[in-house]
Amino acid sequence: MKVAVVKYNAGNIFSVVHALERMGVEPILTDSAEELRSADRVIFPGQGEASGAIHYLREHGLDRIIRSLTQPVLGICIGQQLMCRHSEEGDVDCLGIFDADVKRFRPLCHEDKIPHMGWNSIQNHNVQNSKSALLEGVDGESVYFVHSFYVPVCEHTTAVTEYIHPFSAAMQKDNFYATQFHPEKSGAVGQQILCNFLEL
Amino acid sequence: MLAKRIIPCLDVKDGQTVKGTKFLQLRQAGDPVELGKLYSRQGADELVFLDITASHEGRKTFADMVQKVAAEIDIPFTVGGGISELADVERMLSAGADKISINSAALRRPQLIDEIVSHFGSQVCVVAIDAKLNGDEGRENSDEETWTCYLNGGRIPTERNLFDWAREVNDRGAGEILFTSMNHDGVKQGFACNALSRLASQLTIPVIASGGAGRMEDFRDVFKQGHADAALAASVFHFGQIGIPQLKEYLRKEGINVRPPVRV
Repeated sequence: MKVAVVKYNAGNIFSVVHALERMGVEPILTDSAEELRSADRVIFPGQGEASGAIHYLREHGLDRIIRSLTQPVLGICIGQQLMCRHSEEGDVDCLGIFDADVKRFRPLCHEDKIPHMGWNSIQNHNVQNSKSALLEGVDGESVYFVHSFYVPVCEHTTAVTEYIHPFSAAMQKDNFYATQFHPEKSGAVGQQILCNFLEL
Repeated sequence: MLAKRIIPCLDVKDGQTVKGTKFLQLRQAGDPVELGKLYSRQGADELVFLDITASHEGRKTFADMVQKVAAEIDIPFTVGGGISELADVERMLSAGADKISINSAALRRPQLIDEIVSHFGSQVCVVAIDAKLNGDEGRENSDEETWTCYLNGGRIPTERNLFDWAREVNDRGAGEILFTSMNHDGVKQGFACNALSRLASQLTIPVIASGGAGRMEDFRDVFKQGHADAALAASVFHFGQIGIPQLKEYLRKEGINVRPPVRV
């Protein structure tokens, strides 16, 4: 199986590469349209700032390529946010795959620290009455989050986490999957999710 | 609900884990990568690796170790020790670290925090603060001026007061504060809960408590009384006095939300 990881200017791309290698998969890290289109699976990972990332993607034509992919695609963290319509981070229009807008967390009380950093549990959220295959065997488990922006619960939400209020921990629309948390840093549970993605 | 984190800390010198008491008396505690893997399997929520090597050769060994950790460990980890400029941060992040921790360099040049935050984001920047309570420990809560920040692994006192410096670090955009009480470190009589609770009430970013873990009750107290977001410890884990699975089970029974044991 050919797994491609989108190469762009976001941080921490290598951690997803390492996670796949631990599972015995040798991914290719690429920004080539041809390589991305011909891969069986594409992972769009990252950590960083939305407006800088989206400008980079546009300059390199990666925005159109990602939108046009037809194989299973997995966005992680900033990847999930960039797959939405618009982000409050840098007030920027994003890829528009998910019909949702990215918001900044606003604390309701002093205890609401931002970023939302650490392990929190995910609950499956079956909007369309169909359980997400990405989260097969995973419900109520803890996964690792690091983020200051979030996607509100919407029609594409497949898992919800509660921090300040419920938000989208995982999403899906057609062949596009996404997680706000980092499966590559979420121990055995995260590995299960990556494994599910490869087996979709 | 966001879980309270348990973080083993590995002090690394020339590629080996060591742990001292009150920043002195180094003792051997094994291979850092193997120890990190063991803790990860046991349910540690994050790991911290601190490079306490002085030599150039030792620093290269540390960077190699960071790469091995990144390849083999599937939970987040922070690295610190000797990071004093953006290029050091870049090197550690490209070796695969999730976060970096700065201490003396931030006290010497606070602007470094802003630089790291604007280049790599808040989530990457942990600021470690070593502070010492001057005078009577019983007055811990009464006088703001008595907690002094120290440079160079607790060797050089500064003019900085813990609470003022922590506030500044917070406002400059750091992602977390790792506060070590030098009075409590290595003594195993509990964390500095009064100072921690005060930090929690003044800051808008998470605080990792360090220094003083001796018994499982100390962890309960640091979360319940110190309102810490995470607790860091070294020797109680390295020398097997407290097992992470038992600790988590105990904390759950005490009503503290921690990540459940790892499925096998």
